[in-house]
Amino acid sequence: MDTHLKFTDIKTEGRQKSHRRDDFEAFEFTYKSEITNIHQLTEMENLYRIQILDPEERKRFTFQPGQFLMLELPGIGEAPFSISSPPSRHGDVELCIRKAGNLTNFLAKISRGTHVGIRGPFGTNFPMEKMHSQNIFLIAGGLGLAPLRSAIAYAQDNRSRFNNVEIIYGAKDPSQLLFTYQYDTWQADDINLNIIVEKTDPSWKGPVGLITKILEEIFSKKDDDFFKNTYAIVCGPPVMFKFVCNMLGQKDIPMQKMFVSLERRMHCGMGKCCRCNVGSTYTCLKGPVFDYWSVMNLKEAI
Amino acid sequence: MIFKVFDKKELKKLFDVLSSDNSIVGPVEIGADRNDQPIYAFSLVSDFNNIKLNYSTTKLPAKKFFLPFKEDLATFTIKEHGWQKNVDYNIDRPYIFFGLHACDINALNKLDKVLMGSTYPMPYYAAKRKNMFIVGIDCAPQPYCFCRSMGSDTVLHGFDMFLTDIGEEYFAEILSDTAYNFLKKINTRDPVEADHFLYMKSVSEKNKKFTAHVDTTDLTKILDMEFQSEVWKHWGQQCLACGTCSNVCPTCYCYGVEETVDINLKSARKTKSLYSCNLIDFAEVAGGHNFRPEQHIRLKYRYYHKHRGFVEAYEESLCVGCGRCGESCLAGIRVPEVIASVRRQED
Ligand SMILES: Cc1cc2nc3c(=O)[nH]c(=O)nc-3n(C[C@H](O)[C@H](O)[C@H](O)COP(=O)(O)OP(=O)(O)OC[C@H]3O[C@@H](n4cnc5c(N)ncnc54)[C@H](O)[C@@H]3O)c2cc1C
Ligand code: SF4
Ligand code: SF4
Ligand code: FES
Repeated sequence: MDTHLKFTDIKTEGRQKSHRRDDFEAFEFTYKSEITNIHQLTEMENLYRIQILDPEERKRFTFQPGQFLMLELPGIGEAPFSISSPPSRHGDVELCIRKAGNLTNFLAKISRGTHVGIRGPFGTNFPMEKMHSQNIFLIAGGLGLAPLRSAIAYAQDNRSRFNNVEIIYGAKDPSQLLFTYQYDTWQADDINLNIIVEKTDPSWKGPVGLITKILEEIFSKKDDDFFKNTYAIVCGPPVMFKFVCNMLGQKDIPMQKMFVSLERRMHCGMGKCCRCNVGSTYTCLKGPVFDYWSVMNLKEAI
Repeated sequence: MIFKVFDKKELKKLFDVLSSDNSIVGPVEIGADRNDQPIYAFSLVSDFNNIKLNYSTTKLPAKKFFLPFKEDLATFTIKEHGWQKNVDYNIDRPYIFFGLHACDINALNKLDKVLMGSTYPMPYYAAKRKNMFIVGIDCAPQPYCFCRSMGSDTVLHGFDMFLTDIGEEYFAEILSDTAYNFLKKINTRDPVEADHFLYMKSVSEKNKKFTAHVDTTDLTKILDMEFQSEVWKHWGQQCLACGTCSNVCPTCYCYGVEETVDINLKSARKTKSLYSCNLIDFAEVAGGHNFRPEQHIRLKYRYYHKHRGFVEAYEESLCVGCGRCGESCLAGIRVPEVIASVRRQED
């Protein structure tokens, strides 16, 4: 008998699984993509339009609002970003990215045509279908509008399936408002847009204050019946969603009908590196979108 | 399950048969500590005389052979317009692990669950794990071993062959066809009643030697209740946040990823390095916010992940009770004492 052990090559072992997520190859699989456009939104944020190069792969790439992807620039880094574009546009995605560190500052310097890699989509999503025939509050603070924009686009694309759609958006000052060029189209699709800024400037004619202030005003105009049939998506920093969700709770909206998106450090997006753990829950797998009840039950979440 | 018995002298023959054609990793002595006790390490060995099968515990686990401290996940060839990503799982041959203790095999079985059994199985680990032929060996409990409390003092699967010393002979448990065939190369016999008796005697004698214990009864619930307990602050004040405990732990797998451009500017790499949740920036995000800024919070998190979170997910703890972390910790932080203090059981 031969005493030489045989080498098992998992690359050729041919695990014929239809589900990519269970495939060994999925781990470092990257969609080769191109940055087709860069749109400066504010001093700190750019909107990157990124297209998967292969037309077949582009079509097959599907995601739900609230999911994120890992954007990779070879040699520079890789980081998670929420997909900010309509799901109907498949692998022709938009990411709204703030300059914050290594990769994001580098991204701000490159020009369109650059090739990048994307992996994903990862994580949980806002359950838009569950919200059909209900009212929805889409509440964003600051950069929280980035993930919310995908849900807004879904609501536009499926406008007849929702009752009242209400966007409530708070920013530090008018110069930091994102996607200003789209406000008209949202309103044209019968979506109410309520914007408030913390610090005003001469150009600003709208309300000034914290997001909770404008929420109180909106709440005062609705009756109990309205809240019985309402879902809420809240995206923003933890202090903000804590206050907002408490207010929604006072209107008897069940915690399971409120959704928030958590942000944690991530190095894989696939439940392996452990960097994103909240207590012992992987934000990248069980999140980033959680209903508020789950968040309340997570140790160290807020 | 198939059992065989063979004379101790035959083991060298088995080693020689295996090593003639394969790479063998086993426990060797690499020096002595301050108390003149030998220091052991897992290393490549080709000579049976260098392998120390009666070793206590290695300082470092066998991790570097399946979860290397640094490993490239991908390399990139950078071209004029664009780049090419090349993925390699960084293994080209099978390895024989000769002389792993039950705790260390159990550690592998636990890693299998997260790294191979979940969604997005990790090919870098899987490729190495699938190319491990494991010969396990029984051990003598050391003062710091609490594997029996963690249910890791015996191992049910995840190896090819397990040897137990029954005096003049080894009692071999055979789990794989390959192992069965290898054993055909040496003189073995089927066990008889007397061998069973010797085996059971050896096991019960081993069980009497455990001195360190951890009470795991209701531990997930107790940890939940004691999340705000002051004892964490006490341990946090001692902890140096050095990350050694994770480094020496056979079940710690967390990591960070970094990308770098090679000096020639024509290639780049994406490198994974094992990390530790006790290090200060483990949960720090861009902009400087740190979700676990204080030592006691990070130390607590390590215990919660191992003794609560993992239990919730897999109905077993992510600690095999090997005692390595406690032995290596400069601050003297040991699992049995930490858990006892949370349970208010310190004496
Ligand atoms: C689910 C999710 C969605 C996100 N969506 C957006 C978005 O739409 N727009 C946007 O501008 N930002 C978003 N972020 C934050 C974004 O990931 C960080 O700004 C980015 O990682 C910073 O990378 P850097 O290399 O520039 O920073 P560095 O500080 O140099 O970070 C180095 C590495 O650490 C990790 N890291 C650091 N900070 C974070 C962080 N906040 N979150 C996760 N990983 C981090 C990354 O792996 C990063 O590459 C999101 C984060 C998460 C978790
Ligand atoms: S517990 Fe000990 S080994 Fe672990 S980080 Fe703290 S001081 Fe270092
Ligand atoms: S936590 Fe400590 S005792 Fe438990 S497996 Fe890891 S090193 Fe061993
Ligand atoms: S990002 Fe790596 S485990 Fe979640």
